[in-house]
Amino acid sequence: MAMVQPLSVVVVESDPDRARFIVDALVDGTDYKIHVVAERASLARQIAQIRPDLVLVDVADPSRDIIEELTLASGPLERPVALFVDRSDAGLSTAAIEAGLSAYVVDGLTSSRVKPVMEAAIARFHLMQRMRTELAETKRALEERKVIDRAKGLLMRARGITEDEAYSLLRKAAMDQNKRLAEVAAALVTAASLLG
Amino acid sequence: MRATTLDIGFVPLIDAAPLIAAQEMGFAAEEGLSLTLRRAPSWASARDALTFGQVDAAHMLAPIPVSMALGLGGGGAGLEAISVLSVNGTVVGVSTDLAARMRAAGHPFDFADATAAGRALIAAGEGPLRIGVPFPFSMHAELVFYWLSSLGHPSPQSLIVRTVPPSLMADAIRAGEIDAFCVGEPWGSKVVESGMGQLLLPGAAVWAFAPEKVLATRSGWAASEPELSGRLIRAVWRAGRWLDDAGERSLASELLARREYLDVSPELIERAMSGQLAISPMGETRRVHRFIGFHDGAVSLPWRSQAAWIGGQIAARMGLDRDRAMRDAAAVFRSDLHRAALASTGSDLPAASVRIEGALTADTRAPSSRGGEIKLCRDVFFDGRRFDSGFS
Repeated sequence: MAMVQPLSVVVVESDPDRARFIVDALVDGTDYKIHVVAERASLARQIAQIRPDLVLVDVADPSRDIIEELTLASGPLERPVALFVDRSDAGLSTAAIEAGLSAYVVDGLTSSRVKPVMEAAIARFHLMQRMRTELAETKRALEERKVIDRAKGLLMRARGITEDEAYSLLRKAAMDQNKRLAEVAAALVTAASLLG
Repeated sequence: MRATTLDIGFVPLIDAAPLIAAQEMGFAAEEGLSLTLRRAPSWASARDALTFGQVDAAHMLAPIPVSMALGLGGGGAGLEAISVLSVNGTVVGVSTDLAARMRAAGHPFDFADATAAGRALIAAGEGPLRIGVPFPFSMHAELVFYWLSSLGHPSPQSLIVRTVPPSLMADAIRAGEIDAFCVGEPWGSKVVESGMGQLLLPGAAVWAFAPEKVLATRSGWAASEPELSGRLIRAVWRAGRWLDDAGERSLASELLARREYLDVSPELIERAMSGQLAISPMGETRRVHRFIGFHDGAVSLPWRSQAAWIGGQIAARMGLDRDRAMRDAAAVFRSDLHRAALASTGSDLPAASVRIEGALTADTRAPSSRGGEIKLCRDVFFDGRRFDSGFS
């Protein structure tokens, strides 16, 4: 039986942490050759030089359009690259899109060889999406807490009341105006900064 | 009446204005629609969101539905254009180095004469000329190829057209990847602001009435949803009419500038919207008549001859059968659906859906579909050539 060449996979990702996170999922016990391409300016040239079987890129990355250029490769040594979603089973394609992953595979590569890589990558992209959402939520919560603390401080100084009283006052104002506590606090902080 | 929600994809560019204005100015609501506008980070992702049903319609480069009909590039099921959203609105620019060489050789940067600018650009080149465009299938790429090959640019080997996302154009110049670019606004002005380049021409100097963006839907969707797609076409058409009312461009610039849309300063957007562009970091400005059009001169009609021109150009470059490409291209510009949607509005459209492209050397009145006359705008190519698709 002829030796099967390991699949050559390019991961386009400029953030080193995220790149490592994706690569870790792919190296798990399988034989792939993985290249991370981080520099976007010469993306098409770098990918053309590596001549990968598969290119994985975040849907949110604007440099994705650069990869579209490779779908036109027509030189004698170039292998046309097709968007994975063209020819694989629809379920896997939809799963990839939902996970925020775009994959480009070289023409003629059998779906059975690509599928395990895709499944691992899809799982990883889902996890990254969740982490991104959680991070954004945490950041928002932290910022809101800071604003509420500042609003409480302003009220305590202006009216000579305790922290608990200041908090109750804010909460009451929020309820009366049918607004979120953080919104009322932000309005107060803005107004105070304008008044000097 | 409860509004029907439609998900619409867009890429942050000034020519997404008809979709944004349709939602923000109440034209969608008038048709009982609520548009959920979803910003796409790239054309490929806007296209995929549309073909995979994540959105119902999208702002799209006019050549994308055409290239897909020709079987080129990535992407799944076919798309069709049910309206043209805008004509023109792009700029050609050069790196600061190249601009300096062209100025030293006496080019005045008049931002008008495509023949003189093209000759100066070819003469100033050192080695192959590398030009960045936003997508392999874009009016930007078509205009660049048409312009420079008409001027006898030496050979394909010495002209390298590269894909560079609009927001990364300045970075590509800084990295020495490209010498020149053709891009939609506000990204050309952004390059000027960054000090990395200067503007050489408006796209309209190459073709005075180039269909730039279309409203695209999945093939078959509009025909199977005639009532819903009709409401969308009418809402966007009214938004285009509002945008071409000169007094409204300033307000439109404010809307577009919002964080959820373009997220750049309204001043930068207003340059293109008013046709008053700063062409260099030194603040030289040039005024361009009809820099971008949304309505005037029957902009919204997807002329089958426009699609045939795009198809013919792509076919010639890619070595495809030209007649077949022109036919396949024309079939995805749905002037029929567009007409059907506007029939109930009392608005008028040109009587024909095919014309000789490039034949109007001045604004002209032409027979309209209601038996009257309608204004058509000057649509010449810079070299005076005309394009006859041979269709009737």
